[in-house]
Amino acid sequence: MTEALVKLQNLKKAFDKHTVLNGINLEVAKGEVVVILGPSGCGKSTLLRCINGLEIVQGGNIIFQGKDITSDKKSWQQVRQSIGMVFQSYHLFPHMTVMENILLGPLKVQKRSKAEATADAERLLDRVGLLSKKDAYPRQLSGGQQQRIAIVRALCMYPEVMLFDEVTAALDPEMVKEVLDVMLDLAKQGMTMLIVTHEMNFARAVADRIIFMDQGEIREMASPDEFFTNPQSERAQQFLNQFFEVETGKGRDGK
Amino acid sequence: MERTGIDLLIHSLPELGKGVVQTVLISLYTIIFSLAGGIMFGALRTSRLWWLRFLTRSYLELFRSIPILVWLFFFFFGLPIFFGINVPAFTSAVLVLSLWGISEIGEVVRGALQSLPKGQTEAGKSIGLNTFQLFRYVLLPQAVRRMIPPTISVFTRIIMTSSLTVLVGVTEMIKSGQQVIERNYTYGHAAIIIYGALFVFYFLICYPLSAYSRRLERRWTQ
Repeated sequence: MTEALVKLQNLKKAFDKHTVLNGINLEVAKGEVVVILGPSGCGKSTLLRCINGLEIVQGGNIIFQGKDITSDKKSWQQVRQSIGMVFQSYHLFPHMTVMENILLGPLKVQKRSKAEATADAERLLDRVGLLSKKDAYPRQLSGGQQQRIAIVRALCMYPEVMLFDEVTAALDPEMVKEVLDVMLDLAKQGMTMLIVTHEMNFARAVADRIIFMDQGEIREMASPDEFFTNPQSERAQQFLNQFFEVETGKGRDGK
Repeated sequence: MERTGIDLLIHSLPELGKGVVQTVLISLYTIIFSLAGGIMFGALRTSRLWWLRFLTRSYLELFRSIPILVWLFFFFFGLPIFFGINVPAFTSAVLVLSLWGISEIGEVVRGALQSLPKGQTEAGKSIGLNTFQLFRYVLLPQAVRRMIPPTISVFTRIIMTSSLTVLVGVTEMIKSGQQVIERNYTYGHAAIIIYGALFVFYFLICYPLSAYSRRLERRWTQ
């Protein structure tokens, strides 16, 4: 493994007295795709939000590109440009067109030229198949389309790493695939990604490494094949069985 | 035409007009200052810093719990006595009304900002916007729509409240009306005629504002 792009050291986070993250250690290498799994309330979303500085941690360090950014407010603003985040409910800016949504960061934060940034945005929109929607407003788009736009909005900042926080959880089933396809494509192109998801098949397909969290701690860290065929902890087995049961319960072939 | 009151009205129109101009000027200055200050004040009220919230909250409570008339007296009569600062009537009127207007519009702005989903702030931050950019490009444009109807109602309250300034000697609409009435005390029912006219004037100034706000509301809720 080369030097870690993101390194978390003994990260601690609590809301009031309730501990959410209890000493997380994690290194993510450049180009690596890490999928974080775990039951709801295990702290996986909070972990992503800490990496983007949306939550303030109570202990430990976040090191990005070799620089400790844990508690430095000024550098957070800088760092966020290099850390793209996509949210469960897209959070597009409703008063702006698709194009304006995408260009806000590149023009106002990165001060890039409009022509260059527009060309870039159009190329990315084309890649997710939504170039024709560039002048539409978010409310005119389906959930899956909005989420793909949100991904493009983050990508257009040329991030070093992308964080995906349950990005398909709010989508109708038939729209899940179009978003996951975009993410798979990104992973193939070598983007460093941290993904929180409940889509097990997708996790298995996209991940270089699976992390299983429970009660604010990392319980398992393994390759996807290893994790899905032979989970070490009982908690992980239980967790996987739930998905397995639901799938077989529906009469699909669970394999 | 004799004694129908119309002759009195026409006769005193220039003088009443001066009062109307004063009322409109006081209100206009106040509205401009209140709007500019209120947007900043409202944004500060949403701050995460406890001392900023404490300061702005204290300011708000001061203007909520002390009558405007008392503030007016304080600035006009109090400042010369306690600090030797002379503030002309018109200036102290605009000053006090603006300080009050800032607190009122600030609350409207705060409410509109806080009604926006938290995700908007997070999405803005995550593309690297600083606090100013976040307000300027993401939050305020969305808040404006929710702000306009209640803001216009503050405007009409400012116009109506400007009548209080008569008590520190500003010759606005009410005062100019009183002067006309006093000079024409031999004219029967002068008071009824002139106050009736002022009644209509206030309505003519305020009604278009609230009608406009209703129109905007309708257009935006479609």
